[in-house]
Amino acid sequence: MTLETIIEARGVTKVFATNSRFFRRQAVGARAVDDISLTVRSGETLGLVGESGCGKSTTGRLLLRLIEPTAGSVLFNGRDLTELSKAELRHSRRQMQIIFQDPYGSLNPRMKIGDAISEAFVIHGIGDRASRQRSVLDMLDLVRLPRSAAARYPHEFSGGQRQRVGIARALALKPSFIVCDEAVSALDVSVQAQIINLLQDLQRELKLTYLFISHNLSVVRHISDRVAVMYLGRIVEIADVDTLFARPAHPYTQALLSAIPRSHPDEPRHRHPLTGDLPSALAIPKGCRFASRCPFAQDRCRILDPTLETLPDHRLVACHRAVDGTLPASAHS
Amino acid sequence: MVRPILEIKNLTTALAGGAITILEDISFSLEPGEVLGVVGESGSGKSMLALSMMGLLPKAVRRTAGRIVLDGEDLAGLPPDRWREKRGIDLAMIFQEPMTALNPVMRVGDQVAEVLRRRGLTATKARQEAVGLFTKVEIPAPEQRVAAYPHELSGGMRQRVMIAIALAANPKVLIADEPTTALDVTVQAQILDLLRKLQKERGLSLVFITHDLGVIAEIADRVLVLYAGRVAEIAPVRTIFDNPRHPYTRALLASIPEINGPRGRLVTIEGAVPSIGAMPKGCRYGPRCPLRRDICEQEPPQLGRVSPDQAVACMEPFGFARLPEEALV
Repeated sequence: MTLETIIEARGVTKVFATNSRFFRRQAVGARAVDDISLTVRSGETLGLVGESGCGKSTTGRLLLRLIEPTAGSVLFNGRDLTELSKAELRHSRRQMQIIFQDPYGSLNPRMKIGDAISEAFVIHGIGDRASRQRSVLDMLDLVRLPRSAAARYPHEFSGGQRQRVGIARALALKPSFIVCDEAVSALDVSVQAQIINLLQDLQRELKLTYLFISHNLSVVRHISDRVAVMYLGRIVEIADVDTLFARPAHPYTQALLSAIPRSHPDEPRHRHPLTGDLPSALAIPKGCRFASRCPFAQDRCRILDPTLETLPDHRLVACHRAVDGTLPASAHS
Repeated sequence: MVRPILEIKNLTTALAGGAITILEDISFSLEPGEVLGVVGESGSGKSMLALSMMGLLPKAVRRTAGRIVLDGEDLAGLPPDRWREKRGIDLAMIFQEPMTALNPVMRVGDQVAEVLRRRGLTATKARQEAVGLFTKVEIPAPEQRVAAYPHELSGGMRQRVMIAIALAANPKVLIADEPTTALDVTVQAQILDLLRKLQKERGLSLVFITHDLGVIAEIADRVLVLYAGRVAEIAPVRTIFDNPRHPYTRALLASIPEINGPRGRLVTIEGAVPSIGAMPKGCRYGPRCPLRRDICEQEPPQLGRVSPDQAVACMEPFGFARLPEEALV
């Protein structure tokens, strides 16, 4: 794996304005993503985990500039996406794609699979009719679907096959960077394994870079090289997958990992129970946003907002006590 | 041996007309104080099984055969209004999405009290008891929360309210249909801890339906594996994880990425679960099974015991020979 950075977010923030006419003067906004900086290296899979509402999908869309950031910039191969002209952005888009959770929702039910795949060629004006048709067959081969699929409609396929179509569409323009947004979450486990294997094969064959967004921690551990953990619009920890799962540094990561159901009934249970509920993105607390639920919070945590700092073992963590080394030893093993 | 609190015998359901069966010949029993985990993928019929037990099948589906015996009484033999009386009192259920099961315009405390009043408590006593139940299911500030409406609560809190409603009935059996699937993993852990605690304290008899084998490992005493509307395997939870005998159970366990094992290539099951109306002849897992022989396509394998507490619907453990009568479950 090379260590070249393919995509980089610098202080990216997204505030979704709430549409309340009465309170317009107060300008309330949901800070879905708050000052995030991260890099994805060429050829790697960066897992992005967190619970619903933490901003992981928004982060994926911000990296592709599918939504406009309120602040910050995104660099793709060193160029700032937010400063590109429409035409340039369109060209860059060919190199970045997204695979969604529900391929059925993103496929036109009245469009044949072959047409759905070649749509990308038409939009970008690539090739003529004959060459597009050849490319469609190549794509079907690539995702291990029969060539006869081209003439059929989405409803004729199972969930797993439709996700293969979704992957074929994403790969049609030969992108280098793919955001997989809960790409296997809607699938049954037996089918999920097929798609995970396919994504890994394609990554090797085509030298793809993945941002793999998922709430399923076992799947993320299986597929990722590095993992970023999000909580309430912030990244709280980034580390190599083995480091993160063996020795989570941030109290939230520890709680999250300890909540994963065991893979065998005899496995010991080390629960770090979380109390309270996730604060609202409309009213983010002062200081560390995890402090209200953190069993190790001190006074400073409620005042000072921790930034991502590098620990001696190269991981990044946003926690005063983890950086000081004053957190009680983790019971998670 | 104790008498089972719930017994399902040869339950078969079919789409109206009867040509297309959904559940076929399902039999199992639940002992008092036991947690039976029912695991299956989408299309396995696990939710249909829950609805059959509750007598809440959708109009298009009919029970064509079978008995549902609750504490010695065959519910399926009762007139519908007698079954309705049992429902919510002797037999309670919690669902995946509590928001759709709760009344959105009624305070959650009143929804608990409603069940208590059906049991004959006075209005005042029911209100007090509702607060007590909220405490029991670990809802913080229960005196205030009883006055909340469902939309004011988080998903985890709503599921706790559902559990309080179910407990209010003091049911003989609680059926939980994917109660933690819509929840985040940290909230799921809290709800599982709560159900386990209540189960121990009150000796709840629980049928826990899920697609997640991790959740099964957390909560079940015994496991029933459902595939395409038929029972594939029933065994104690440790046996399912350590010595599964049905090729489907084995493949299912192997296809899950492990949270602390090696990260090799995942084992896959080729193809997909057959859709209803297009069930293969013979063994429904046959077309995806690496061990299939000609005999598997001839007739559906019967559930037979491979040990006193483990039963499998597969010819392979029996040397692809027909089961002796005494092995049949």
